[in-house]
Amino acid sequence: MGSEEETKLLESTSAKVEKARSARAQRRLRALTVGSFLSRYGIYFAFVFLVIVLAIISPPFFTASNIMDILRQISVIGILAVGQTVVIITAGIDLSVGSILALSAVMAASFAHPGQYPLIVPLIVGLAGGLICGTINGVLIAKSRLAPFIVTLGMMTAARGMALVYTSGRPVFNLSNGYDTIGTGYLFGIPLPVVIFIIVILFGVFTMRYTRFGRYVYAVGGNEMAAKASGINTDRILIAVYILQGVLAGVAGIVLSSRVMSASPSLGEGYELDAIAAAVIGGTSLMGGIGTISGTVVGALIIGVMNNGLDMLNVSSYWQLIVKGAIIVFAVFLDKKTKG
Amino acid sequence: MNTEVPILKMEHISKSFGGVPVLIDVNFELSRSQVHAVTGENGAGKSTLMKILAGVHHADSGRILLNGNEVNVRSPKSAISMGIAMIQQELNPVREMTVSENIFLGKEPCFGSTGVVNRNKQRQLARNLFQTLDFPLDPDAKMGSLSVAEMQMAEIAKAVSYNSSFIIMDEPTSALSGREVEKLFKIIDSLKSRDIAVIYISHKLDEIFRIADVITVLRDGKYIETRPVSEFDHNTLVRLMVGREIHEMFPKTNVSAGPITVAVEGLTKAGVFTDVNVQAHRGEVLGIAGLMGAGRTELVETIFGLRQADAGTVRVNGVELKIKSPADAMEHGIALITDDRKLKGLNLTASVRDNITLVNLKSYSRYGQILRLKKENEVVDTEIEKFRIKTRNRYQPVGTLSGGTQQKVILSKWLLANPDIIIFDEPTRGIDVGAKAEIYGIISNLAQHGKTIVVVSSEMQEIIGLSDRVIVLYHGRVTAEFQRNEFDQESIIRAAMGK
Repeated sequence: MGSEEETKLLESTSAKVEKARSARAQRRLRALTVGSFLSRYGIYFAFVFLVIVLAIISPPFFTASNIMDILRQISVIGILAVGQTVVIITAGIDLSVGSILALSAVMAASFAHPGQYPLIVPLIVGLAGGLICGTINGVLIAKSRLAPFIVTLGMMTAARGMALVYTSGRPVFNLSNGYDTIGTGYLFGIPLPVVIFIIVILFGVFTMRYTRFGRYVYAVGGNEMAAKASGINTDRILIAVYILQGVLAGVAGIVLSSRVMSASPSLGEGYELDAIAAAVIGGTSLMGGIGTISGTVVGALIIGVMNNGLDMLNVSSYWQLIVKGAIIVFAVFLDKKTKG
Repeated sequence: MNTEVPILKMEHISKSFGGVPVLIDVNFELSRSQVHAVTGENGAGKSTLMKILAGVHHADSGRILLNGNEVNVRSPKSAISMGIAMIQQELNPVREMTVSENIFLGKEPCFGSTGVVNRNKQRQLARNLFQTLDFPLDPDAKMGSLSVAEMQMAEIAKAVSYNSSFIIMDEPTSALSGREVEKLFKIIDSLKSRDIAVIYISHKLDEIFRIADVITVLRDGKYIETRPVSEFDHNTLVRLMVGREIHEMFPKTNVSAGPITVAVEGLTKAGVFTDVNVQAHRGEVLGIAGLMGAGRTELVETIFGLRQADAGTVRVNGVELKIKSPADAMEHGIALITDDRKLKGLNLTASVRDNITLVNLKSYSRYGQILRLKKENEVVDTEIEKFRIKTRNRYQPVGTLSGGTQQKVILSKWLLANPDIIIFDEPTRGIDVGAKAEIYGIISNLAQHGKTIVVVSSEMQEIIGLSDRVIVLYHGRVTAEFQRNEFDQESIIRAAMGK
């Protein structure tokens, strides 16, 4: 009798154990799928969460005018970050965007005095400045096989120097109304810098997702040797990518100088790091081959929203830097953790 | 049967990655001084099982017993402290450090407890180790200057220095030449005589039959069978590994060679290959045999434009080509399926789709730039089905697929471009029997359909089984040419050794 009960007990416990085990396995499976979902869209959730929290603790945060302010604030960094994402996907980096921005800005502004030239002239000059710098970066990186870090570090210093030489170190003032409108005007109630940012985003998303060029960028960044062996002219892709980034820095320079209605040779100092931060927070891998424009846009939004929210909560800008630094590291840590 | 306690026992090991089961209730037992081969196709779970043993992965369930005592292998470090040593497939030593520094990394002999390394003692200990194992290694040589075989010896010495009672070797011959393989087998024999057991992971059947005492077969993450080697023959082993009969490894049909399509004349690259003259015919499989370093890969990569020649010409259908880049070669219908999948073949971070259509992307673009994703996806899905590419869907990153599946992705990628001249460089390196047979079938089929096929291979069986004609390279020169009816393994090997 006793032994029979024992057997029964044993059976029922083993059944229980079995059940618990399968339940645990199922839970793990679910956790895993939730995990992989989060890792894919985690950054978007983090952003939504951040917005909700700020909207609750600071009601003026979630107003149309404040949201427009945030978008305007991040538009310049955002334009640079779109280009930076493309560069980083090729396993490169561009440290010179802040300096190219300044050089383009002072060049453009010097042709933008009232009554001097039609508006198109300063725009072309500004973009050309970015194009030339980007071309030099790209050719040096692709043809002489120098590390992107080194080439663009050199360009970062040299372009800043050129901006200073060009202006003798003095800001360019007295810009035409037409030029200033680019940074201060509105289209359908949306600030023009934001409109330009949105156009750049759409262009970036389209290029990276729906064009052969975009596919090749991923291929070069994922495995340059395999890309070459597949018949891709990898040098041409690399050069094009740095040119693109240079031109976007030119766009950013025009937007920034027209917004502040002057072009100082010290514009955009440190912007390259913010652009890299936005890309990295958005999940772009510094190893190359992985990253999306939409991720980067959210990365830029997180930085912008955080700055704005902390402003509203009267947190000093000194502290904001500490928070920003922590976010960059934490975002990449999360990305690494969830992607295992 | 053996009644003594096995030195290692793994019971009911299960493991899944991301919800996909990789090992299901696997058992494994190792006896003293036994060479135990663990075999199975790629993705069978061999490596995962061993990585669990070596503390790299953790089992979801099951237990590990060493000499009858249950142990918890938490990390590679704890595995080492228990005397579990694994020689990885891809060795990863600190190349800038010396051999002895590598061997004693993390357990350097010091002056007392000062923490200052006693370099003389370290060197002496390494030298003693090499002497007892009869390894011709210099303790002071830089690790990076060693050949793969020598690095492996250093790793084995390191494992022995842990006083391990067994050593795990994961595909140890994958980067070794024929002679080095022989040497490795001698080393394994001597380990056995020193009472050290070896777990030998491999899917190379001839090696397993040469060296193993006992064979365990895994398939699709499941334990299939363990038996002494004497109870297996070639066919049963293949059947157990693949789970089905493979009727013909080399479905060779006699094709009459067509006109010459590729003619290489006097092709020379200083120090690599000299005055190479080769012709390949339409409908023919031309094998290029030779030892590693004979210049085979360099030769085909030069024809494909990945390298530049110093002299000589390449003609395709009688027209002399100026090939400066792979793009030029592709324009003339040449494709090269490169030897190193991870290095030259695939973008591992990208999806199956993005890899398959990379070569041929222009045909899925409007105005040469804008991708026609719908058409592309359709083509990719057909390819996945056609080549039986084992993937969850077209978006799965190629890096997560098994070696054989990756190789099929490369094949699909190149064949989509519909080339006329297809050069295969080591088309089946590191892939399992089942996938091999499929790839051989594809190659023969292509020849039958009037393609010109060139196969570079280090596997003699492959060369003999596939080729209609074989040329042999030795030190960058063509030393012999054989027609199919005069093939003979020995004379090919002799020519490859320059005799």
